[in-house]
Amino acid sequence: MAKVTIDGITIEVPDGTTILNAARMIGGDIVPPTMCYHSKLKTSGGYCRTCLVKVSKGSEKDPRPMPKPVASCRTTVMDGMEVQNLLSPEVLEARAGVVEFLLANHPLDCPVCDQAGECDLQNLAYENGKMGTRYEFQKREFEKIDIGDKIQLHMTRCILCYRCVKTADQVTDGRVHGVLNRGDVSEISTYIQNAIDNDFSGNMIDVCPVGALTDKTFRFKSRVWYTKPVDAHRDCPKCSGKVRLWYKGEEVLRVTGRKDQYGEVQDWICNDCRFEKKKTSDWVIEGPAHIQRDSVISANHYESLKALKATIDRQRKSLPHGHKTTLGHGALDPNNTH
Amino acid sequence: MALTNRSKQVTVRELTWSERLYLPAIFKGMMITLSHIFKRTPTVKYPDQIREMAPVYRGQHVLKRDEAGAERCTACGLCAVACPAEAITMESAERKKGEESLYREEKYARIYEINMLRCIFCGLCEEACPKEAIFLTDRIVPSSFTRGEEVFGKDKLVEPNDARVDVSKRQRKEVLEFKKDKKHLHNLTYQDARPKVTAHH
Repeated sequence: MAKVTIDGITIEVPDGTTILNAARMIGGDIVPPTMCYHSKLKTSGGYCRTCLVKVSKGSEKDPRPMPKPVASCRTTVMDGMEVQNLLSPEVLEARAGVVEFLLANHPLDCPVCDQAGECDLQNLAYENGKMGTRYEFQKREFEKIDIGDKIQLHMTRCILCYRCVKTADQVTDGRVHGVLNRGDVSEISTYIQNAIDNDFSGNMIDVCPVGALTDKTFRFKSRVWYTKPVDAHRDCPKCSGKVRLWYKGEEVLRVTGRKDQYGEVQDWICNDCRFEKKKTSDWVIEGPAHIQRDSVISANHYESLKALKATIDRQRKSLPHGHKTTLGHGALDPNNTH
Repeated sequence: MALTNRSKQVTVRELTWSERLYLPAIFKGMMITLSHIFKRTPTVKYPDQIREMAPVYRGQHVLKRDEAGAERCTACGLCAVACPAEAITMESAERKKGEESLYREEKYARIYEINMLRCIFCGLCEEACPKEAIFLTDRIVPSSFTRGEEVFGKDKLVEPNDARVDVSKRQRKEVLEFKKDKKHLHNLTYQDARPKVTAHH
């Protein structure tokens, strides 16, 4: 076990844990943002540099600080390590620089992009970036590529996080796409426009933190904040069958995997579930999906009714035994937080 | 407890003899009525006569086209999400090859509707629009006999190519200056030379 202090909060974690995962164990605002790290993908992380932190004390044995900010997703903790994230102006400055670099070639076509509203890069730029850019050159432009009939690749929006490549390597068999070329001309592509066609290829859409890989069956159907996310499952012979349905009215516009609070998919789902099963009768509905309050999708989301019901149930249980009550006694009073 | 010192105690008292005659009160009222004959009339005879409006008056919306005549709206939905009255609905579609002169971006609004009965003319849609597509104008929304007619579709909202609606007075000088700068992709029309592909194969 190693004792690590992040922004003044101490936690004991197993040896070999990364600083990022230690921060996630603490939770809250001190968790560094990530773009390329994905908890379910091995060897992911280390490309985007958004999770930079400052190590102000290396360890108990060697208390020297690390000379420059380190990527927290790739750096493991040492006993007695002290890390600064939000407390270090140097880290915030570096992160704003990283955002500027990531946006240097990003087309900022959010009004057109289907990912807008649930885009990690959008959130990152709003929370950690600066207004404006110093980049004066022409941005890279690419043609759109259809990878099979269900997935579309917009290379202009890509930030080269490698998540989709690792998904193809670890979740599907036989990867046919990868990163071509090097340096500032590198791009995600298939060699000679190969169709990506296997049962789990759709997960590439879910792991993409930006709008580079999008669902063609959902293309321009609706903005995400007009759809209502609902958790549902079905007996699927190929995958876990645990999905999130996105409703507009009665219609299921798209099916995605369930993402956790860091926007990372919890269970991989197969293409049958994702692209073929778009009727309510195909699914067992569990209830409204949890959407974080600061997300634009949470507007008009009916999850709050569920929260209200939970509050009422909790209050009922806390009442003395045999004390039957209706919804009176301030149970519905929003000011009553007990 | 009195909130202000302007409250008056109300009493019911017997009217005096002169008050019970009512004649002085009627005469006083008639004098007020008569005096208005000699005053300037504050009303105008619309539509024969139209009162001058402020350049930033918030009346009927217009969906603008760019200089080349392509629709600016890309159906991003920000106006609808900004709308406090939830008066705006839209449905988007993908631009096909050959429609570049009709629609500016690869996505456009196939259906765009504003319910004028719901609209409160606050101008938040105009403020939210990232594409300078929707503006409120100094035109007054015409009245109608049915509610259905008050739901304005694209036929009433998009400005006709031969009868452009001038909204330049609504925009600040800085914005107009910014729009002249062709360095920003935002200000280019499709016909302007777009930056060529630099890094593809």
